[in-house]
Amino acid sequence: MSAPTATMPETVISEAAVRSAVAADLHAAPISALSASLAFAWRAMLKIKHVPMQLFDVTVFPVMFVLLFTYLFGGALAGSTSEYLQDLLPGILVMTVTMITIYTGMGLNTDLEKGIFDRFRSMRVWRPAVLVGMLMADAVRYTAASIVVLTLGFVLGFRADGSAFGVLMAIGLLLVFCFAMSWLWIVLGLKAQTAESVMQMSMTILFPLTFASNVFVDPSTMPGWVQGFVKVNPITQLTDASRALMHGTEVGSSVIWALLWSAGFLVVFAPMAMRLYNAER
Amino acid sequence: MSPAPELAVEASGLVKHFGDTRAVDGVDLAVRAGTVYGLLGPNGAGKTTTVRVLATLLTPTGGEARVLGHDVVTQAEDVRGDIALTGQMASVDEELTGQENLVLLGRLLGFSSSAARSRAGDLLDAFGLGDASDRLVREYSGGMRRRLDIAASIVTTPRVLLLDEPTTALDPRSRNHVCDIVRALVSAGTTVLLTTQYLEEADQLADRIAIIDHGKVIAEGTSSELKASVGSGGLRVRLREPGRRPDAELILARALDTTVRLEADPVELSVAAAGTSDANRALAALGDAGIEVGEFAYGQPSLDEVFLALTGHSAGDVTDTDDQNENEEAVA
Repeated sequence: MSAPTATMPETVISEAAVRSAVAADLHAAPISALSASLAFAWRAMLKIKHVPMQLFDVTVFPVMFVLLFTYLFGGALAGSTSEYLQDLLPGILVMTVTMITIYTGMGLNTDLEKGIFDRFRSMRVWRPAVLVGMLMADAVRYTAASIVVLTLGFVLGFRADGSAFGVLMAIGLLLVFCFAMSWLWIVLGLKAQTAESVMQMSMTILFPLTFASNVFVDPSTMPGWVQGFVKVNPITQLTDASRALMHGTEVGSSVIWALLWSAGFLVVFAPMAMRLYNAER
Repeated sequence: MSPAPELAVEASGLVKHFGDTRAVDGVDLAVRAGTVYGLLGPNGAGKTTTVRVLATLLTPTGGEARVLGHDVVTQAEDVRGDIALTGQMASVDEELTGQENLVLLGRLLGFSSSAARSRAGDLLDAFGLGDASDRLVREYSGGMRRRLDIAASIVTTPRVLLLDEPTTALDPRSRNHVCDIVRALVSAGTTVLLTTQYLEEADQLADRIAIIDHGKVIAEGTSSELKASVGSGGLRVRLREPGRRPDAELILARALDTTVRLEADPVELSVAAAGTSDANRALAALGDAGIEVGEFAYGQPSLDEVFLALTGHSAGDVTDTDDQNENEEAVA
């Protein structure tokens, strides 16, 4: 045996103490869907508190993306980095935060392998609360990432010509979209066998979405069929909306399209996710 | 509220198939309220599946099950309000502290933040986890984790507690802790349904036992009923000299008119004896023949023998976790 027995203090379980703890005879009171979701959001926030490394992706990635793309492409594409940044930053914000959403699915997949979900599922609590709470905590992460991107952008010379309200609206829209799209990652997280395969599938979806968009370059130089894809791509719509809101220009239909895409993701994938969550495992 | 039903858990013809696997293949159960009921069987016998059906986590393929009168399929929400589950996999969050785990459950059960915190503190203290309350569960030993797991099940008092292999992979001391807790729970009025691979544990804790093998209940009753169903008690004798064992075998066989079993230990023999007078007669015969007996024991058959008699294989064949002593208590 490995541990020396002598140094271990005796654990005392007093039957009287256990009995009085049980005899308190406390009964559960029903809680609202919102309170349940908030409790699960709190659980997710505690995990971040205990493992702050989880914030790596919402701090380091955004910084990396902004710096890399601004200085690699800026001179070539827009003549100067500060010029490019005005156009790039709203897009890079969309791209960065969208990229971060894939951790939702991976985290869930890892969680599922443990027994804790059995306990939650055998309790009289609004069932989607586990997932909604998780997404609520993610919204905090996304907000943190947005702040990092914007702060760095302002330092590097980004100037939002619109109002502060416009900037907030852009972030709000992005959060709505990410919340909706995360249900897709939840579906993958619930279906996949391993966290690695969740990662691979998510990347396969996200890479074309983020790069085949108008985030980096003007799509007018692309071949027609690519342009067709770029035009309907929700990332393009979000980027358009984000640029317009931040710079105070005409938003056109982009906000509507971004919201429609969000609704689409939610309507298709949220019920699917709940079916998978409720399914036997 | 309707009056408390006599039966806390009932199942009739419960069937659960996973594809071609008949995990549970017609289980009947009747667990009286306020008692401890043991589901005993080797790995893969269908114990966990039965518990998961009762916990509303699985939908039965056939038959029906009720918890305090509520159907586990059609009244699942009511069942969830009455039960608590401590699963085979630790159903606590490793990435939170012990305290946070219990506070989370308290909040989900409708406590205010401060009430949840105070309840968590009380439970941690009662379960000997007070000093470890602010440490991540990941750092807990197996025994501590299991106690937290049970504490998590009684944040509010469940009317029925489902414990799936509560002592598996625990060292003997932690196992005793769990047994103490179960007894305290029952004395406070909770009905406990537990599964176990340990015959000894079912014997010690459970008022009634169902022996499960291949998804079916093959025997049911109190521990003494089950033992009696196998037959008489047994006399176990250890000789001083291994050389005298062949003589002893003959004498015992003649004295009790039955066959004698030679145990693995070269000085040990055992023989069925209907009562203490038979056992005395057999020992006297050995004494008369000048065979010195170092030790002897008379007792009812162990549940292991019951299992062997009923199934033709020993429960211990499949599962022996006694050597897993790495889960030592590690409270700093």
